[in-house]
Amino acid sequence: MSVDLATVKRVARLARIAVSEEEANRMTGELNGILGFVEQLSEVNVDGVEPMTSVTPMEMRKREDIVNDGNKADDIVANAPASDRNFFQVPKVVE
Amino acid sequence: MTDLTRLTIAEAREKLSAKEIKAVELTDAYLSAIEAANPAINAYIAVTPEKAREMAKASDERIAAGKAGALEGIPLGIKDLFATEDVHTQAASHILDGFRPKYESTVTQNLWNDGAVMLGKLNMDEFAMGSSNETSYYGPVMNPWRATGSNADLVPGGSSGGSAAAVAAFLCAGATATDTGGSIRQPAAFTGTVGIKPTYGRCSRWGVVAYASSLDQAGPIARDVRDAAILLKSMASVDAKDTTSVDLPVPDYEAALGQSLKGMRIGIPREYRVDGMPDEIEALWQQGIAWLKDAGAEIVDISLPHTKYALPAYYIISPAEASSNLARYDGVRYGLRVDGKDIVDMYEKTRAAGFGTEVKRRIMIGTYVLSAGYYDAYYLQAQKVRTLIKRDFELAFNAGVDAILTPATPSSAFGIADEDLAADPVKMYLNDIFTVTVNMAGLPGLSVPAGLDHKGLPLGLQLIGKPFEEETLFKTAHVIEKAAGRFSPAKWW
Repeated sequence: MSVDLATVKRVARLARIAVSEEEANRMTGELNGILGFVEQLSEVNVDGVEPMTSVTPMEMRKREDIVNDGNKADDIVANAPASDRNFFQVPKVVE
Repeated sequence: MTDLTRLTIAEAREKLSAKEIKAVELTDAYLSAIEAANPAINAYIAVTPEKAREMAKASDERIAAGKAGALEGIPLGIKDLFATEDVHTQAASHILDGFRPKYESTVTQNLWNDGAVMLGKLNMDEFAMGSSNETSYYGPVMNPWRATGSNADLVPGGSSGGSAAAVAAFLCAGATATDTGGSIRQPAAFTGTVGIKPTYGRCSRWGVVAYASSLDQAGPIARDVRDAAILLKSMASVDAKDTTSVDLPVPDYEAALGQSLKGMRIGIPREYRVDGMPDEIEALWQQGIAWLKDAGAEIVDISLPHTKYALPAYYIISPAEASSNLARYDGVRYGLRVDGKDIVDMYEKTRAAGFGTEVKRRIMIGTYVLSAGYYDAYYLQAQKVRTLIKRDFELAFNAGVDAILTPATPSSAFGIADEDLAADPVKMYLNDIFTVTVNMAGLPGLSVPAGLDHKGLPLGLQLIGKPFEEETLFKTAHVIEKAAGRFSPAKWW
């Protein structure tokens, strides 16, 4: 499978990365190079093979369903590019 | 006075506890070395001298009070991927500009609990994506090694290039690093240092900036095998904050050094003999086999038939996980924000400006292989192949193999801004051909220096072990190290 310029622009949109026409053109070639490389996986017979979901045979540990952390609003917004009274500020999203 | 930065961790530990040297002196020696060398090497992207001196002073007090920890007063460099409270933590990316976490990663907290001293944060490929440390927002790291009679700058490998270069250039006693496809072992091999990626689940991933969560593992890069064993003992833990942290006690890895290899079976996988591999890599491998045979190990040929599919499967699974993990960098909660005409425009402009070329490339691949209509053909197929790769190793281990010996990399360090590699991303990816299988199977892998090539550059051998049998790797690597000797670069910086 290979991608064309329109697909690259659509994927960039899905990934929320602005790309210029020139970048999209360059990426098309690069992505096709990588997709060509991974294409060889299709020759592997995977009949009856389970996809890996956990690399170590273990059951995921679950902690107790209790509050064990919190009251850190100042810490949480400390690195925000824009915040106001412990709220993250974003451009207007609702008209 | 002898140069304190030349002491290994084991040697410094002895001198500190005998009160022959002070932790403050040791830390000052490293801070001076960093100041002199970093403009040339670019291994550190943030140095923390006040914090280092403060920690060293506290170490001296604990030593005086007889309360020294396992790493008391040992100055370490920390890869920029580890969250360090109120200190530069940016995964060497522009998008995390100014990020100072309000928490500490479990691995670094474990080190501080044992008395270690933080010298600063180390350069790396952006978000750990790269094999040459050239994708860093902070510019490339120079390998302290140069070819005999040459002034050409070489890469230290990646993504833990700053960690490997700092250790090799005596700018820290040891360093933390991480490995998703070879990012500890390949730079260790390129710089004549020892690096171990432990079994998946051995070191907590809590507070480590995520790249590909099912593959990422932290581990140390050190000057020798003993130091790597000392560091891993402190870094590893059982951690309730990481659900993939494995509930097994951490052994005393150092105690494994010097144990006999008699009766051990070492597997030699025929699939690691790849087309175009330089003769001297093959010769190094044969030399490693001979050393282990001399030490009493039995050598057996094995087959890992799905080896060639590990790298293509990795370049589906790791970008897929990355595209999901890196979705959080949106200009809202931390780091860079580039304003736009609405919120989507703000996201797109922020991510376009904040991520470098390689990171964007991987996010794009990951987004594509996970998108509607392609998931089964790419992602599901790759996860099935991953099962087969792991099964290859299980069959070998079940047949009685205790560890596997391979070359660590297909070449020695290459030049900065290599045109062939820059023009073709897949060529750069091939650097990880011998290391990536280990991440896919979640196994421990160790790279140990084994010799120099015809250019006078270090080459490493890789040992692969059964899950949670890092001790086997340490004792086997110790034998190789004793036979091969240790390697240090000639100082040019």
